[in-house]
Amino acid sequence: MEQISLGTLIWMTVAAFLTLSIFSFLYRDNPFYRFAEHLIVGISAGYWIAILYHTSLTDLWIEPLVDSVSAFGAAGGSIPAKIGILLANLTPGVIGCLMFTRFFKSKAWISRWPIAYYLGISAGVALPLYIQSFVIRQVAANMFNPVIIYNTIVSDLSTLYYYGNSMMGIWTGIGDIIILLGCVCGLAYFYFSAEHTGVLGAAAKIGIWTLMIGFGATFGYTVMARISLLIGRFNFLIDWVSALGNYFNL
Amino acid sequence: MIQPGKKIPMFAIVTLLSVLSAYIAQAQPPHSHMTFVDPDSVFVFKYSSLAPQPGPPENLAAADSPNDAGGAISISWSKAPGDNTIFNSVDGYLLYRSASLDDGFSFLTRLPAGSTGYSDSDPDLKNGENFYYQVAALYGRDTLYAETAGPAVPGAQLFHTKRILVLLFMALFSGTALYLINLAKRGGTLYVRPIPGIDAVDDAIGRATEMGRPILFVPGLGEASRVATIAAFTILARVAKKVAEYQTRIIVPNYDPVVMTICQEVVKEAYSSAGRPDDYDPKDVYFVTQDQFPYTASVNGTMLREKPATNFYMGMFYAESLVLAETGFVSGSVQIAGTDQLIQIPFFVAACDYTLMGEELYAASAYLSQEPQQLGTLKAQDWGKIMAITLMLIGSIVYLFDSGAGEALKNWVIGG
Repeated sequence: MEQISLGTLIWMTVAAFLTLSIFSFLYRDNPFYRFAEHLIVGISAGYWIAILYHTSLTDLWIEPLVDSVSAFGAAGGSIPAKIGILLANLTPGVIGCLMFTRFFKSKAWISRWPIAYYLGISAGVALPLYIQSFVIRQVAANMFNPVIIYNTIVSDLSTLYYYGNSMMGIWTGIGDIIILLGCVCGLAYFYFSAEHTGVLGAAAKIGIWTLMIGFGATFGYTVMARISLLIGRFNFLIDWVSALGNYFNL
Repeated sequence: MIQPGKKIPMFAIVTLLSVLSAYIAQAQPPHSHMTFVDPDSVFVFKYSSLAPQPGPPENLAAADSPNDAGGAISISWSKAPGDNTIFNSVDGYLLYRSASLDDGFSFLTRLPAGSTGYSDSDPDLKNGENFYYQVAALYGRDTLYAETAGPAVPGAQLFHTKRILVLLFMALFSGTALYLINLAKRGGTLYVRPIPGIDAVDDAIGRATEMGRPILFVPGLGEASRVATIAAFTILARVAKKVAEYQTRIIVPNYDPVVMTICQEVVKEAYSSAGRPDDYDPKDVYFVTQDQFPYTASVNGTMLREKPATNFYMGMFYAESLVLAETGFVSGSVQIAGTDQLIQIPFFVAACDYTLMGEELYAASAYLSQEPQQLGTLKAQDWGKIMAITLMLIGSIVYLFDSGAGEALKNWVIGG
């Protein structure tokens, strides 16, 4: 490992100390963990205030508002249009300021208006997007051509019978059937208007099995990703120890 | 089936001719109709005598891109002569744009050979303004320009013609929901099957009361507008009301300031409806930070210090789900989770006592509140599932009768 500067070594040591402090949580709650926890919470809260000030308050409100006010002094453009733009830029700020009425007990009810506005607009915008992405596209993805599935399976079985080898097309066909069946049964599991008995109960059982198999795969995949993060942290600690050794010629 | 006897002689003749042409092209001055070509940068086929005479792309057209919010223009043209896999004469296309025919054109982008269109969505494109386009085919170092196209005027469309099915689905869903909500308001019975995790809520609150420990309610990392967060508010209302009745304590650490505001309202309202408004402590519903892992570290610390008897994780969760649930497990709390984040559900299933998966979270919200609006919407969702299954099966059955019709139906559903 190449020689590093004292400044880098100090910052690496701080990072290693905080990493070990967080790891100490595995033993139990202790002053080191508390120190690291409060430090990171404080820093992140301060950091996000600065970020939001620049990316939301200034960029999205103050600057457009100042521009729309200065437009009145500039040539061109009709006055009604300029007033319209000014009002469009003023309204979000006014709605946002209504949130501060929470600090006055008698007027606190006004703060529900911006919340209602925010939730209503968000739900209205989200609904078509959700239906398109999570319903319509999924429905289309499950429209399989049974003729192709049948032909794929039959031709693959024929190849297997006559030539003794398979193109594995049979699994594609069976996979399509499983996906369709799993999807219908999964939807049956999330049907809340009737008890899960009889045919619906059987379908729901297949549905929950399909879901659990999917969850198992997701679990394994994600755990692997987390392990790689852990390895990354350990690699950092090893690098830090090496850097210490190199710096002090140990 | 490959028929070597027929294919190979033709291939050999074409290859021979092209090699011969290339040799002639190098040995002699180019033919009169090829005088603008740079002979140093050619492939064998490019300038052979078999290649069609180079020319500009034709049928250049520019028009406002449909079904968008404006700020985009679609440009199309026909391939220039020789732009195919046989002769491969064209090296690419150069696209130019101008706001006025008098100002001259400025370079926009270079596109590979074979291109026949481009969607210009440059931030400079302002709705309602005129734009002109020019495209040129590149033959070696030479460029051949097409006629200009325009003016094209970008603009927004109110109606997305490819989303008719979304409109139909929304109309059907909303109509059904309104009908069922009205039915519930008039006293009609809307049955919702029991959900195991929900029945455990009251027991978990009772346990906390007996142990004299608080309840921790984590509303997730979602914004207030997310459906899972909205469902979490309803569950919080129910939990907070029970907590107020049992005179225990509820702690709600928040990631989002708006969510915090709503949680404060919800808990305050719950205490009032339980007849104990004075027991509500606004300091127990607090903001931590809007940063994922610092928030997680703080909630973990709260779990170990306050030792809550029951932890609720309701709403949207990401990578912190397992960290939170594992800490809660280690601290010996009963844990009930609910999220619609598919990737996080397995972690909650592994580490919590009860998990509400996906739509169960919304159903739980309706089941607990028994509000006509929520019950009606939940029932409408069930009808939506029936519609989705029906559409899937119809789509597959249509294929049986006519493959083309099946494909057309699928494309219509996708909106293509």
